Parts: sequence; C-alpha cells; structure tokens
Amino acid sequence: MSSIATSVTRADGFTPPGPGDFNLPPIGPDKTFEFLGEHMYLGVTKPMIQLVLVAGLVFVFFWAASRKRAMVPGKLQYIGEEGYGFVRNSMGRDIIGTKDFLPYVPYLFALFFFLLINNLLASVPFFQFPTFSRAGLVYTLALVSWFVYIGAGVKKHGLGGWLKLTCVPSGVSPAMYPLLIPLEFMSNILVRPVTLALRLFCNMFAGHMLLILFALGGQYLVTEMSVQYAPVGILAWLLFIVISFLELLIQFLQAYVFVLLNAMYIQGSLADEH
Amino acid sequence: MQSLIILAEEGHELNPLIPHPIEMVLSLVVFAILFFAVKKWVVPNFEATFSERTSAIEGGLAAAETKQAEADAKLAELDRQLSEARHEAARIREEAREQGATIVAEMREQAQAESNRIVEHGKAQIEAERQQAVTSLRAEVGTLATGLAGRIVGESLDDDARQSRVVDRFLAELEGAS
Repeated sequence: MSSIATSVTRADGFTPPGPGDFNLPPIGPDKTFEFLGEHMYLGVTKPMIQLVLVAGLVFVFFWAASRKRAMVPGKLQYIGEEGYGFVRNSMGRDIIGTKDFLPYVPYLFALFFFLLINNLLASVPFFQFPTFSRAGLVYTLALVSWFVYIGAGVKKHGLGGWLKLTCVPSGVSPAMYPLLIPLEFMSNILVRPVTLALRLFCNMFAGHMLLILFALGGQYLVTEMSVQYAPVGILAWLLFIVISFLELLIQFLQAYVFVLLNAMYIQGSLADEH
Repeated sequence: MQSLIILAEEGHELNPLIPHPIEMVLSLVVFAILFFAVKKWVVPNFEATFSERTSAIEGGLAAAETKQAEADAKLAELDRQLSEARHEAARIREEAREQGATIVAEMREQAQAESNRIVEHGKAQIEAERQQAVTSLRAEVGTLATGLAGRIVGESLDDDARQSRVVDRFLAELEGAS
C-alpha cells in the first residue's frame, strides 16, 4: 500500500517523461482513432512536418549543388559533392564493390541524408524532436531496406539461388543443416529488418527521453524544490549540454550505421559465396 | 492500483513500439518521392560531373604524355641530325686533309719534275753551248795559234793538213793536261 502511495505522490510532484511525450498532438482538431488497441491522433503532427520538410530540404540542397556540373566546383557544389561522394564511395563502392554498386547509390544516398537531417533536427532549435523516435516512420524504412536487399539478391541469383546462398552455410557438413538453416534464415532474413528498425528508433527515442529528463528534472529541482537542491538542478542542465553533444554524435552514427548495414546486406545478397 | 490507473489515464500511454499507420504510409511516400527525385535529378548530375572530371584529368594526362613523347622524338631527331652533321663535318675535314695531302704531293711531284726538267734543260743547253764553244774555240784557237805561230816562226803554215794536225796535237795535249 505504501509503495502505491509514494508513486501517487511522485505522480503528483515531478512527472518523469514517458512515451506520452513522443505522442505529440496534431496541429488543429484533436481527433483520435483506434489502431491495434491504441488511441492514435488523427491529423498532421510535428514529426510528419519534419519528415516532409527534410525530404524537400535534402532534395533542393543537392539539386542546387549538382545543377551546375562545373569542372572546378564552387562552395555549394563542393559540399554537395563531398556529401554525395561520402555515401557513394565509403558506403557504396567500398562495401558493395566497384562492379555493381552504382545502381544502389541513389537509394543509399537518399536514405543517408534523409535519416541524417531528420536525426539532426532533434538538436535544431524550434524543431528539437527526433523524427525517427516515431516507430512507424522507422518501420517503413526498415521494410524498404528489407525489400531492397532481398530484391538485390533475388534479381541476381533467383529466389531459390538467393535463399540457398543466404541460408545454407558453405563448408559445413550436411548433418548440421537442420540446425543451421533455420538459424541462418532467422538471423539473415527475419531478424535484420527488426534490428535495423529498433536500433534507430530506440536510439532516437532514448536519447530524446534522456534530454527531456535532464531538462525537466533540472527545472523541477531549481524551481519547485527547496533552494539547496538548486545546484543539482544546474548540474543537470550542464549535463544536458554535454549529452546534447553526445546526441549529435549518436544522430550521425545511427544514420551512418543504418545505411552502412543496408549496404552490407546488399553486398551479402549480391555475393556469390555465403 | 489507483496509481497505475492514473498513470495510464494521464498520457493514455501508448506503447511506443506500436506504429502509427498514417506515419508508416507517409514515411514510405515521402522517402519514395525523395528517392525518385534524387535518382532522376541529383545523382545523374553528380555522376556526370565525376566522370567528366575523370576524363578531363585523364585526357590532360594523355595529352601531356603525347606532348612529352613528341618532344622526346623531336629531341632524338635533333640529336641524330647533330651527330650526323658532326660526322659529315669530320668526314669532310678528313677528305679535305686527304685532298690537301694529295694536292701537296702532286704539287711537289710536279715541282720536282719541273725542276728536273729545268735542270736537264739547263744541262743540255750548257753542254750544247760548251760543244759550240769547244768547236768554235777549236777553230778559232787553231786559227789564232797558227796565225800567231806563223807570225812568230815566220813561216807560212797555210798548209791545211799540217795546220790541223798541229792544232789537234796541241789540243790533245791541252786536254790531257787538264
């Protein structure tokens, strides 16, 4: 009884941030609908706007940068080329291989900057919300990745050939097949999109949650509690700044890892050896 | 129990793992549009720029190589011509020296022949003149001597035969003495 009582008091005092903080209400009327037993807002929300904005931004920037096609690039073109070349060479060419990387470059390129800028928005004033802390947005991208790398393999080896290459380990005695084939099928085909999606989603979600916690907790300590707790609150704010920089790194890293794994999966699908 | 209900009511906490269907569709559509736009209007431009740059650099290198090769060929040609000219000059010099030597030798020979000829000629002339002198002397000396002797001895020695005998004997004596 007493533990319930304390939790009630806590709920009355400081409300820790929770998943509800990520369920932003839509702009305009507050309609909801039911989906998988959950109430969902119906309407245009902040992450949706960010998503569209970033797509437009990424396209316009790179279009403007690539438009001139100058032999000696200006500043804008140089930055665009560096960005494009980074994805093209370090993730496309170096991982998929010089022979067949080119068809996948537009996909990897669009994906990387789409993810990167959306992630970085979590640290941009006035936006300050990681678009991909919304699971739905991430699931689709993971599904797209799944289809892309399966498609790459099936296109090259045929469905049967690709399944055999992906699920049947070479250099293992056939006696082990009944054990290994299901495992390989699980890890190479079923689990990959899930881990892709969860890695990105959870990093963005947890990072933002951490920042909210330090910001609101610091504020609560400074404004709502007695004065001797104020230094702790200020320390929390300092930590908020430090963690913000850490978040910047994570935002980049998650975009990088997502696209890198995409490239590696595609490479694995195209490879002739398992 | 109450607290759980309160918490659940408060945010009507949805499970963050359950996706928002509209967001799923939106994500797909927006990414698809971005992908096709990038594929159509951005990537070809970058690729074209890259390959143009590559070929420009390669072309420049190839042109430089051609130029270098041309310059090398020209240099080799000039070297060859120079050495040819040197050979030619040396040959001509050698020839000139030979010719000079020949000419000198010829000249010497000619001069030798000429001098021999002049000497021979001179000798012959001297001999002829001497003969002439001898002949005329013989005649004159005879006449003179005979005349002189005639005057001295006072007898006529006009008899030709005797006269010439006397003169011959005299001359022979002279020659034998000389």
